[in-house]
Amino acid sequence: MDTSQFRPLDVERIREDFPIFATTPPLAFLDNAASTQTPRPVVEAMDAYYDTYRSNIHRGIYRISEEATAQYETAREKVAQLINAPRARQIIFTRNTTESINLVAYSWGSANIQEGDEIVLTVMEHHSNLVPWQLLAQRTGAVLRFMEITDEGLLDFTQLQDLLTEKTKLVAIGHVSNVLGTINPIQSVITAAHAVGAKVVVDAAQSVPHFQVDVQQLDCDFLAFSGHKMCGPTGIGVLYGKLELLEEMPPFLGGGSMIRSVERDVSSYAELPAKFEAGTPSIAEAIGLGHAADYITHANLAALQVHEQELLKYAHNRLQEIEGITLYGPSSPHQKAGVISFNIEGVHPHDVAGVLDTHGIAIRAGHHCAQPLMKRLDVIATVRASFYLYNTIEEVDRLYEGLCRTQKLMIRNQRRSVG
Amino acid sequence: MNVYQEELLDHYENPSNYGTLPRCTISHEEDNPVCGDQIRLDLIVEDDIITKVRFSGHGCTISIAAASMLTEEIKGKSLTEVKKLSRDNILDMIGIPLGPVRIKCALLALKVLKAGAYGIKGWPGEEK
Repeated sequence: MDTSQFRPLDVERIREDFPIFATTPPLAFLDNAASTQTPRPVVEAMDAYYDTYRSNIHRGIYRISEEATAQYETAREKVAQLINAPRARQIIFTRNTTESINLVAYSWGSANIQEGDEIVLTVMEHHSNLVPWQLLAQRTGAVLRFMEITDEGLLDFTQLQDLLTEKTKLVAIGHVSNVLGTINPIQSVITAAHAVGAKVVVDAAQSVPHFQVDVQQLDCDFLAFSGHKMCGPTGIGVLYGKLELLEEMPPFLGGGSMIRSVERDVSSYAELPAKFEAGTPSIAEAIGLGHAADYITHANLAALQVHEQELLKYAHNRLQEIEGITLYGPSSPHQKAGVISFNIEGVHPHDVAGVLDTHGIAIRAGHHCAQPLMKRLDVIATVRASFYLYNTIEEVDRLYEGLCRTQKLMIRNQRRSVG
Repeated sequence: MNVYQEELLDHYENPSNYGTLPRCTISHEEDNPVCGDQIRLDLIVEDDIITKVRFSGHGCTISIAAASMLTEEIKGKSLTEVKKLSRDNILDMIGIPLGPVRIKCALLALKVLKAGAYGIKGWPGEEK
């Protein structure tokens, strides 16, 4: 972190950029790991496209199409800068993290994975970084192997040496667990994977929105994330890949834009990034994502991380005061991003979410698209609160009070039934 | 209107007809993939009449209370009569407005009944 330029977040000021807090009081939005709110500058940028230069990109020989193309490509440059990608053409626009990972699984996977090859994952993966690899393994006869976690929710590194062998062709790992908040030491995993010649796909859906991620420093082969978890719109995601890999890979989806020339029976394909962007893309959404990257960069990612750490530390302390609560994941907030998962003894997660909703508090209850992790934790579901740059200490207090009320409601009832 | 009315909490805390029936005519179990809630219904049917019913499983207040109310509703009735029970009947029993996710909690027991007793697949109100 560059402390010389450090200035704390002005949360009051930031909240003014999000109309939803004024239009929908008393909303305490604590489900940011699912999707974040959208600030006015992002919506305004998309409105400007629709209101003043709405047209398709790349092919129009007229002014507003040229403008749309320029804005779309500027967005690509902003995203490249956000993650320090060497070249903008290494940024492929997709619909979301899931589509980005599927692109790698189908394109790179089909060309490089054979029967008996091994793909190493972790038990804490979101289904989006698990099911595409299951499908690839079923198509090719490859084998999936899993890194386990400790009871504290940290990766069990003692296994890594056994798991990574000359058979390992790919490691697919989440940067931050969407359930536990664990920040995985992916730098070490990438180094170890490269030492056996394996490629590494990083699911960065929960990291890029929350702290500085540098793909060149990480030296990851692929990295995927979504716009809607970082103040951007839905329907736009990103795949970063190393240039030589992306260039060698066969196309994913076929159609317009991704071709150079088309004969009746055969086609040649466009250069990067068009090769992987068949059909008319999500133009407004890409432009919105570019402005979302500007927004969080301008807010300052280092300050954002400090702010989330403060909220997380406070939430850890506050929630631990509740009798019968179990927190999942690392006990030290320093090993976590702004996610806190828990259960309250005797209260179903859905009921917690239901009661909190009556107090205007939005949290998530369920398996969080991580069923193998739920099994490992031996729970059916958890309650999850997750923070972003606009959340406040006061909202954590409201969460705490809401949980106390939930518990009282249920416990009073239990007492009556016993008596 | 509070989602957590006394009547629902009573059913959750002291559900009617909770348990299993070892030698039953119909036994069926389903889960709600959204939240992992699981409900099993065991029925003993004699001359088309449901003479005994038990439910078991785990779930939130709404899904347990709805299962409890459903067993009270169908006990002693004929399978023919019970077949008419609809999504709206269950939502009337619950008696409070529910969002789309919680509606599935309320309908899980009826879904189990429809599939187990009549082979009707899908969420009540959305059957093919």
